[in-house]
Amino acid sequence: MVEVISRVEVPIACEDDVVVVRRRVRVLAGQRQLDSFAVAAVTTATSELVRNVFVHAGGGKAILEEVTDGTRYGLRATFIDEGPGIDDLERVLRGGYSTAHTMGLGLSGSRRLVDRFEIETEPGKGTCVKIEKWAPF
Amino acid sequence: MIGSVPILRIGRTLLLSIQLELSDAVAETLQNDVLLAIEKHGTSSLVIDITGFDFVDTYVARILAETSKMARLMGTETVIVGMRPEVAATLVRMGYTMEGVRFALDLDEGLGLLGHVIAR
Repeated sequence: MVEVISRVEVPIACEDDVVVVRRRVRVLAGQRQLDSFAVAAVTTATSELVRNVFVHAGGGKAILEEVTDGTRYGLRATFIDEGPGIDDLERVLRGGYSTAHTMGLGLSGSRRLVDRFEIETEPGKGTCVKIEKWAPF
Repeated sequence: MIGSVPILRIGRTLLLSIQLELSDAVAETLQNDVLLAIEKHGTSSLVIDITGFDFVDTYVARILAETSKMARLMGTETVIVGMRPEVAATLVRMGYTMEGVRFALDLDEGLGLLGHVIAR
């Protein structure tokens, strides 16, 4: 059973919010006993996913939560937009695919960096990506 | 001095030591500024020190790799120095290997690679 310790919602409205959100994630992750590799991983994944929200959907929001399962701590971040959605999710998740001027590793790369990765997308409706990174046992 | 990123000249080498967190816009501006500095100073090599980065996402990685390629087109060799273990691990785990870019452990090794002789 995962319990949420804290929850904060951060708007993603401009390019500078990429920096704002990833900074908050870095601080939260550092506070919760994630090691430096885990902090770098979740900060990097956040940077990619916030940029996706801004570049592909023009904005949205991030929900950052400190979580615990009773034995260890983790960080959960959810990125939500009401943009165009992703047509060919399978292909995007394989990597090397990009519609904007990004490298096409944003989603596939982020997925490899975190312990849990969930994505819901509907063309024309938007995209929601949820990631979790946990402190080691 | 560009913003708070100093571009230092050592002989025919330019040294760029980035000690601030780069937003996407600043990263791109910095890329242009470095190319202009290469032209202005007539340098043959460029060292980019990234010890100040505790993470590098694909955007910044792409800017760094592109800067190296652009400098090469101008006849300038680039070495990126000081990548921290967390950054190296994260980039490779993401599947990004920065092909075609030269790296060295630290500034000392980087300058050595470029043929600078450092007095001991």
